[in-house]
Amino acid sequence: MSTRLKDTDVVIIGLGAAGGVAALPLAQAGLDIVGLEAGTWLTRRDFAPDELRNNYRGWPQGVQKANQEIPTSRATSSSPTGPRGTIHPMQNAVGGTTVHYWAQSWRLNPWDFKVVSETTRRYGASRVPKGSTVEDWPFGLDELEPYYDRVEYEIGVSGQAGNIGGRIDPRGNPFEGPRKRAYPMPPLRGTAFIDKMGGAARSLGWHPFPGPAAINSRSYQNRSACMYHGFCNRGGCHVDAKNSTAVTTIPRAQATGRLKVVTRAHVTTIEADGDGRVTGVNYMTDGVEYFQPAKVVLLASYTYENTRLLLLSKSKAFPKGLSNNHGQVGRHYFSHHTGAAVTALFPWDTGSWYGLPAQGVAVDDWADDNFDHGALDFIGGGNLWIYSDRRPIGAAGTSTFGGAPRWGSAWKAFIRENADRSNTAYIQKTTLPYEDNYLDLDPVVKDALGYAVCRITAEYKENERKIGAFTQDKMEQWYREAGAIAVQRGPVGGAMGVSTHAYGGTRMGDSRETNVVDRFGFSHEAPNLGVLGASVMGTSGAHNPTLTVQALAWRTAEHLVKNWNAVVDHRSAI
Amino acid sequence: MTFISRRDLLKRAAIVGAGARAFATEGARAFSASVREPDEPATADEQASGHSAAIRGPLESLTAAEADILDAVVARLIPSDANGPGATEAHAVRYIDRALAGALAASRPAYTAGLAALDRYARSSRGKAFIELAPTDQDGVLAEVESGTAAAFAGSAAFFTMVLNHTHQGTFGDPYYGGNANYVGWDLLGYPGVRTMVSAADQQRLEKHELKTNHKSAYEYDVFTKADKDPSRRSSNGKGA
Repeated sequence: MSTRLKDTDVVIIGLGAAGGVAALPLAQAGLDIVGLEAGTWLTRRDFAPDELRNNYRGWPQGVQKANQEIPTSRATSSSPTGPRGTIHPMQNAVGGTTVHYWAQSWRLNPWDFKVVSETTRRYGASRVPKGSTVEDWPFGLDELEPYYDRVEYEIGVSGQAGNIGGRIDPRGNPFEGPRKRAYPMPPLRGTAFIDKMGGAARSLGWHPFPGPAAINSRSYQNRSACMYHGFCNRGGCHVDAKNSTAVTTIPRAQATGRLKVVTRAHVTTIEADGDGRVTGVNYMTDGVEYFQPAKVVLLASYTYENTRLLLLSKSKAFPKGLSNNHGQVGRHYFSHHTGAAVTALFPWDTGSWYGLPAQGVAVDDWADDNFDHGALDFIGGGNLWIYSDRRPIGAAGTSTFGGAPRWGSAWKAFIRENADRSNTAYIQKTTLPYEDNYLDLDPVVKDALGYAVCRITAEYKENERKIGAFTQDKMEQWYREAGAIAVQRGPVGGAMGVSTHAYGGTRMGDSRETNVVDRFGFSHEAPNLGVLGASVMGTSGAHNPTLTVQALAWRTAEHLVKNWNAVVDHRSAI
Repeated sequence: MTFISRRDLLKRAAIVGAGARAFATEGARAFSASVREPDEPATADEQASGHSAAIRGPLESLTAAEADILDAVVARLIPSDANGPGATEAHAVRYIDRALAGALAASRPAYTAGLAALDRYARSSRGKAFIELAPTDQDGVLAEVESGTAAAFAGSAAFFTMVLNHTHQGTFGDPYYGGNANYVGWDLLGYPGVRTMVSAADQQRLEKHELKTNHKSAYEYDVFTKADKDPSRRSSNGKGA
């Protein structure tokens, strides 16, 4: 029998990138919040510089609830389900995946909010890819800018502004939208290799700049500057220089006395009454069931779990799952296209044994609509990112570029010479939602409690594949300019598997016919249910989603604070 | 080294791999240092053969026969040769054996089936047990296993890739886990070692190949909780440090 806990104003499901940010403005406004987190607190002592554990054994993810509910995936509804992963790419912990993420903290570019209208205006409506369900966001970058700014300063982001109030600074990204002010910290330092790549981009006439990172380039808010020790990639920070919500917004929210953090809380369902209003959350800890009643529920559990929890939460008012009376939960799903890799071999050591994935040089010349697509047969593009990140086991797996087998004495001679001479670019590409790409519940596979896991049915379409090939050409050109002696390319398409950049499923938009949440992130059907995370995003842009997720989370929380009575008293419109 | 158990001193000896070679390269120094703990006596077999060889400790998961085959396999994947010591000296099999009793337990059945199938294939295609074949014949068997052309060995390519990946982990991973003995893997790659801080000046030294190599396991820095401590049972009231 479930234990009914004391009522609270707001319950947040998941204290990660999104929930961990939303807690702060709510707490500062004096609302009582219960934060339900499936993971635990992790501290600096937990973050040893251990490649095996971080990158091969999935620790600390290895102790995670998420690993019991890894989504299944298949390319199309008629193709077989692919092999299921053994480690969920996201993490359960206070701070969520911001504990071990790369911490690249990009704003989206202006075009990303207006893909349909801008494509139509510049090239004609026929250029919006067939079968795509993409819509303009219900607002533009200007609406989100104050929230980007707030989060950049609250958590701490290092970077070089490229456009302050319309004034372009060539040291930064000339394609970014106008920002109110500079980043709170200067960019992370370069390396000889990063600087060399920057020079090569300039000699091609491109506009290289250091990327933004939620990592301290100098001491910030009494936390250390980055130590560049090389274990940031899927590793927590041993000096708290990575600005996860566990060391920034969550402790600040706790300090108000308004946020109660409940760890190891395994949320199973959200309850709704007969009027279509949510009433609270069911969760389990060590096999004991609890019901946490709340006036407002904020669902912030990552894209797959957001969709899964809604579909699992069936009630009289919502027989197809919570907030799903219009059949939109799980729709408009996409995994950010970060495949179509390009790897280069140089005839000299690159000095990449230390550093971090957020330390590097970017080129946005071939992203979004920053170049003329008039003579091309796709829309969008990719951000090219070169960074300093290498560890020994990974280095041993370096491609031999067809020059040697992958084992034996010939391999050993190759790797001895070339362990520090390769580089793989990270290329994030415009990815769109499509009619037949979606999430639902797997009909067969269950988690440890017997609940169906999420199933991905999605593949990259022609537009994504063309961007993949186009950005590979640009990346090879850049590598060759810098002196690469061999360049290798990965496949440009395929199925959309489980991703750390997973979007949609609870898309945000003004029309309830095609979107789950409204422009403030609240359900069109259950008015006191808010949804946080990239699951509300309808386009990806060519940059990491986390900062946008956090800006949206702050905005949703602020909307709730300013409209508390309206949200709490609002009659359901189901 | 603190992370190698003293029980290793009590282990039985086993001759594995192709044995020692005289190295003309800088790798020779690392190799001779990696052969055994300084206080480990040479065994009678080693003295008789004149070979330096890795010493096998008590096995935690593999059978002795399986370990013999795996010893021979890893010695071909990352051989000891003119470029220095390899997987044998790194004790990659010790790493794999321990991991199969723990973090890699899910792979144990694949080793049972795969090592048996590999040996059957060696016998059927070359007429001898795998460990009795000459190195070039062992390489031939492994190439066929890798490419999936080994008869009556279903899933051989996946088995090969798994063993190769685990051999990398045992050769290039942190010595805390039982492999990469005496840092032979890191030295092969030129990895300058685990540090908790890399200053701009350190980075410039690295770029000039002047950065001093740091032979240290992550867990020799006592600020870190050991990898096997499970934080999932931590108090729900705990607050971040």
